[in-house]
Amino acid sequence: MLKPREIAIVGAAETTGLGKIPGMSNIQLHADSALNALKDCGLKVSDIDGIACAGESPTNLAHYLGIVPKYVDGTGVGGCSFMIHVRHAAAAISAGLCTTVLITHGESGSSRIGLNRPAPNPASLAGQFEMPYGPFGPPTMFTIPVLRYMKERGLTHEQLANVSVVQREWAAMNPRARFRDPITVEDVLNSRMIAYPFRILQCCLVTDGGGALILTSAERAKDFPTKPVYILGTGESVETPMISQMKDFTSSAAFRVAGPTAMKAAGISHADVDHLMIYDAFAHLPIYGLEDLGFCKPGEAGAFIEARNTAPGGKLPMNTNGGGLSYTHTGMYGMFALQESVRQMRGTAPAQVKGAKVSVCHGVGGMFAASGTIVFTNEA
Amino acid sequence: MLDPKRPKPLPTPETQHFWDGMKRGELLLQRDKDTGEVYFPPRPFVPGTGSTNIEVFKASGKAILYSYVIHANPAPGFTPPYAIAVVQLEEGPRMMTNIVDCPQTPEALVLDMPLELVPTELDDTITLPLFRPAKG
Repeated sequence: MLKPREIAIVGAAETTGLGKIPGMSNIQLHADSALNALKDCGLKVSDIDGIACAGESPTNLAHYLGIVPKYVDGTGVGGCSFMIHVRHAAAAISAGLCTTVLITHGESGSSRIGLNRPAPNPASLAGQFEMPYGPFGPPTMFTIPVLRYMKERGLTHEQLANVSVVQREWAAMNPRARFRDPITVEDVLNSRMIAYPFRILQCCLVTDGGGALILTSAERAKDFPTKPVYILGTGESVETPMISQMKDFTSSAAFRVAGPTAMKAAGISHADVDHLMIYDAFAHLPIYGLEDLGFCKPGEAGAFIEARNTAPGGKLPMNTNGGGLSYTHTGMYGMFALQESVRQMRGTAPAQVKGAKVSVCHGVGGMFAASGTIVFTNEA
Repeated sequence: MLDPKRPKPLPTPETQHFWDGMKRGELLLQRDKDTGEVYFPPRPFVPGTGSTNIEVFKASGKAILYSYVIHANPAPGFTPPYAIAVVQLEEGPRMMTNIVDCPQTPEALVLDMPLELVPTELDDTITLPLFRPAKG
């Protein structure tokens, strides 16, 4: 059993550019992140003996970087794949399979240069029982449960819009965020309709970018120039590749496994959490995450955010980089949530939460299809 | 008449009976013969238990509107605005579909409204299970 603080993140970096990167292909965005993370912690490519990535096969990555690793993880379950990579890598290092794992993300989501996004197979269950009815990308699928949630839990359109407003406040403090100008609930509700009840300001960005992490044992981490960020607890799960088959439209079964598993392994209570990242591909995600991870009771998250608990100055700072809604969203945003948790634990975030010691980073993959959660601390 | 550019399902050995049923205008579901539990989409065993003691039966075609979005943008085979809906069948399972004979507006599409099956031909081989507001 992986013990809390046994493994640490020693290297972390995003791509040099972010947003629109027309000069790099998908695989080069992985490599740019990887080289930046290696530089961050003073390692060479040849020091890496384990790799994990999603959106490219790990074979592509290993060949491109010029290494023949002892440990390989190609878990590709969408945007939370990187949380799951962290979990598997920590277990692998603990078990002695390898010593130094590189996890990369890179996605030419906007420029679409060498992007690996296959069309749904018409013989798959989703191809047979969802695609014929006209869902066309995440904005028309991820959002489908929300009217049901609103009816059953009493969430208002204004509360849903407010999620974007609060995250824009965080983005305003982050020079790398794509959108930084303040917005109001009225601005959100008057913005262009995408798929009722979702408007453009309630949907994530589509950008180019990437990020990479380097993990090793806490013992070795002491010798690195960076402040170690320790892994306290981890969790993962999957539910269904079809949004229509999600068991409960007001709650994610995968969230309810991944989140509590990570919190329990970390041995922490909700009151111990100083900083929270909940992958926000769309405005409802933080609401589902807050409830499924137990920070709020069912139906209370909309009001919790409205009461400014997650806003700057609130008791539970959440999505402090501005999130997928305002910071960046390449397609698989989970790596950027992890990067912000690491920055907060290192004390280097643009909107730094003063004295933060525990960060929970919760990811979603596909359309409520998968989930991964990592609990970090900066206390040895 | 449905737009032929709509994405077309490709049946597999495990789902062929469903599409054969739709061709005859019948919505076929499967259930666990031991517990009576109904499940969807089709597979030759009960999800969660693996039991193969199952049977195929004809569903009533009655459903309620469970949730939806109204897509404001065009997609291949569709003219906006159009609702992408999930209905809950009387027998329990939910499925994605479109709601026809109904304005595609939040005012007309009311959650929990009763619906009925409208088997709708896509081409010679595929008939889709669409739904409309229940009459009477």
